Amino acid sequence: MRRLAVAAAATVLLAGAGTAPAQTIAITNARIHTMAGPVIERGTVVIRDGYIAAVGAGVEVPAGARVIDAAGKVVTPGFIDSGTQLGLVEVGAVEGTRDARVNDDRITAAFNPADGLDPHSSPVAVTRAEGITRAIVAPTPGASLIAGQAVLVDLGGETPMEMVRKSPVGMVAVLGERGSQLSGGARAAAILRLREVFEDVRDYMVNRNAYETASRRDYSLSRLDLEALVPVARGEVPLILEVHRSSDILVALRLARELRVRLILAGATEGWMVADEIAAAGVPVVLNPLVNLPSSFEQLGATLENAARLHAAGVTVAFASFDAHNSRNLKQAAGNAVAYGMPYEAALRAVTADAARVWGVDDRYGTIEVGKEADVVVWSGDPLELTTSVEHVIIRGREVSTDNRQKRLFERYRRLDGTMPNAYRH
Amino acid sequence: MHLRACLWVLAAAATAGCATASPQGASSGPKPRAEAAGTAEKASVFAADPFVSTYEPLPSRPTLIRNATILTAAGPILRNASLLMSGGRIVEVGTNIEAPADAVVIDATGKWVTPGIIDTHSHLGVYPSPEVDALADGNEMTAPNTAEVWAEHSIWPQDPQFALALAGGVTTMQILPGSANLFGGRGVTVKNVPARTYQAMKFPGAPHGLKMACGENPSRVYGGRGRSPMTGMGNVAGYREAWIRAARYRDEWKRWEEGGADPARMPQRNLQLETLAGVLEGEILVHNHCYRADEMAIMIDLAKEFGYRISSFHHAVEAYKVRDLLAREGICASMWADWWGFKMEAYDGILENIALVHEAGGCAIVHSDDASGIQRLNQEAAKVLRAANEAGMGITYEDAIRWITINPAKALGIDDRTGSLEPGKMADVVIWSGDPFSVYTRAEKVFIDGALVFDRNDPNLQPKSDFMLGNERKEVVS
Repeated sequence: MRRLAVAAAATVLLAGAGTAPAQTIAITNARIHTMAGPVIERGTVVIRDGYIAAVGAGVEVPAGARVIDAAGKVVTPGFIDSGTQLGLVEVGAVEGTRDARVNDDRITAAFNPADGLDPHSSPVAVTRAEGITRAIVAPTPGASLIAGQAVLVDLGGETPMEMVRKSPVGMVAVLGERGSQLSGGARAAAILRLREVFEDVRDYMVNRNAYETASRRDYSLSRLDLEALVPVARGEVPLILEVHRSSDILVALRLARELRVRLILAGATEGWMVADEIAAAGVPVVLNPLVNLPSSFEQLGATLENAARLHAAGVTVAFASFDAHNSRNLKQAAGNAVAYGMPYEAALRAVTADAARVWGVDDRYGTIEVGKEADVVVWSGDPLELTTSVEHVIIRGREVSTDNRQKRLFERYRRLDGTMPNAYRH
Repeated sequence: MHLRACLWVLAAAATAGCATASPQGASSGPKPRAEAAGTAEKASVFAADPFVSTYEPLPSRPTLIRNATILTAAGPILRNASLLMSGGRIVEVGTNIEAPADAVVIDATGKWVTPGIIDTHSHLGVYPSPEVDALADGNEMTAPNTAEVWAEHSIWPQDPQFALALAGGVTTMQILPGSANLFGGRGVTVKNVPARTYQAMKFPGAPHGLKMACGENPSRVYGGRGRSPMTGMGNVAGYREAWIRAARYRDEWKRWEEGGADPARMPQRNLQLETLAGVLEGEILVHNHCYRADEMAIMIDLAKEFGYRISSFHHAVEAYKVRDLLAREGICASMWADWWGFKMEAYDGILENIALVHEAGGCAIVHSDDASGIQRLNQEAAKVLRAANEAGMGITYEDAIRWITINPAKALGIDDRTGSLEPGKMADVVIWSGDPFSVYTRAEKVFIDGALVFDRNDPNLQPKSDFMLGNERKEVVS
């Protein structure tokens, strides 16, 4: 039983099960941001059996391929939103449709929201239609400063199993003000609590038999949570710490060294203030570039230049909406990062190649290179520009529908002059 | 994104999340004839305003902006055009304008000029940053009818969010109470200038608003306490009961005035009914938080029953379903570009909502209700432009600029003074680094009443609140 539990908690890369046979698609005459080299001004991408089969300026279109003429269009990898609740929430205020948080303190680190995913949740289709093909789905803190496990999903999947592409990609926890609230009311108590957690996990790792026979001291965590944290203690799964104040970030960096865990910083509103230290630690940052309100005393340094400054210091940055319904505004956020100093290619990487790197899946996604899974979007123009449309969305080699509830509602109400009620239009 | 508008807090949290304000102090003695700022001659007893605007335009110089692309919100786009302002007013917009001898001349080659952005729905100052309980004063959630409270008495002028909105080109906004109550209280329109008191921001002569709320919020907040309203029908009964009392109150005062206004026989003042009577007299404008199409239709009938007008529905996520009705009734709709799904009444949001209201001949407005969104209302409009044109609706820049300038001015009752670039109007003007509907564009210079109040390239012209002074952050050198 124990072995099974360990296997379940370890990082599992899931094979592409159950997808319909993918056709061969050739996107021609496109301006291609491969994210793995210079922009190809007028090139072709060939997609076969779910993977990129060829990309370049002089690539032949295979016989029988479906051709998408993208003259005047822009092609990029599908965008990755590095922090969402997609598939976990249908209506924010309707409790039964929310599955991103658990308030049972025996299930904290062990909480993996993947079993609650709904591929038919309407925000998934709305987001997919806007060129976002992958997302990190992350839990939010409930009873504990450890919120649970984040997973990588593909927004084209028809089942929860098809959606989940890597699970877990990280263990989510929170420090700073929220961490303080969840640890008795002081920041330092949250640090102490995380130390205790990892001491217990490491003790458990070498004393499992004693634990099973109840001949070891009590641990501060449930058995499920201890098991879930083993891969984090081993450095196989990163710890994602949401933290904002510059001093809290420095403490988080020190704690990660001390606990010998791999760290990803999330939020990091004041990250720019300690950008060199973050860069030196080799720790990536997941952030929303639009956060610029001094909305708490731990965010007084909030600025629209956060992403640009972190990037300039050499930090790997990935962008997140931290939203579900408006995950689609990730593009707007990236565009604003450019407006406030981030190089264009870097902002594009923060939603493609660098995001894949942060989540440890850059061998499979994030660029348009031969052998990569074919998540490709054809845009009418600059993908970060507000007035640009999405023309084709391809996920793992299949063009997916960009239809959704919102488009159906628009069509239904496009005219109000029918003799019969609009309810008959569907 | 960090969304923290009151409705969101209410929607997302199991408990009603908006903090309650401290009770207001006792009102001053009866001063039924106190002057309303700037409109003393018009104010009835019900719209009397003892909290007089002390706003004065900041110092300005005659300024000529040349070689700009100008969206006036009053006509076609002007290329390679000029705008002259002087004495706080717009003097001329067009080509071949001569610079007066003493004018500052700004070469705006490659840049765009628009009217100052106007937001009909803001909680800046009443839900400030930092979000601490001591300052979260936007929602008097103590009774379903708090028409007696005024949002302006909760404004913290040192809210650093005002300066951020200014950097987004916002020159005027209405600050409203929250939406927990059927009648949330009076809203106030302010000029977005830094000031020690809110009175020094108060838009001279702008009418007060009355915040009303339909739908889920009032019934959840009060139903959750086991009291009325617990349902939509309870909401409507609550409005009607209040308007009946308001009409009686108004009539009582009218009879007293017509009977010679004998001070010895003056009726007892009632602050709650005074606000509602001000609406019945057409002096206070109704701003009605209402998401669903069917509920908007109910509110329109209700307004007709009691003889008042609704100036704007707010949020109006389903406005597109009744856009013909809104256009016919002349009611504006203040909407988000794309917020949806955070609660049931927001479930049917579509990206074309604003454009459909516009196309039907209605008064379409992009509003923020959010301290982040208010910084980018031009970008919010751009997203609607994209969706509408993808759907083949043929919406133009000239259309979209109206959603964030003259239409909100109309909903606030100030469109005769601001909201478009026309001679004689207040010189509330933004110079943008480029096309205002591009994500890469930033407001470079913002003028309010002709005064340069923000300049992205001059730190000395970037206001900073007392709160941020000494709280600035810089790189840590270790």
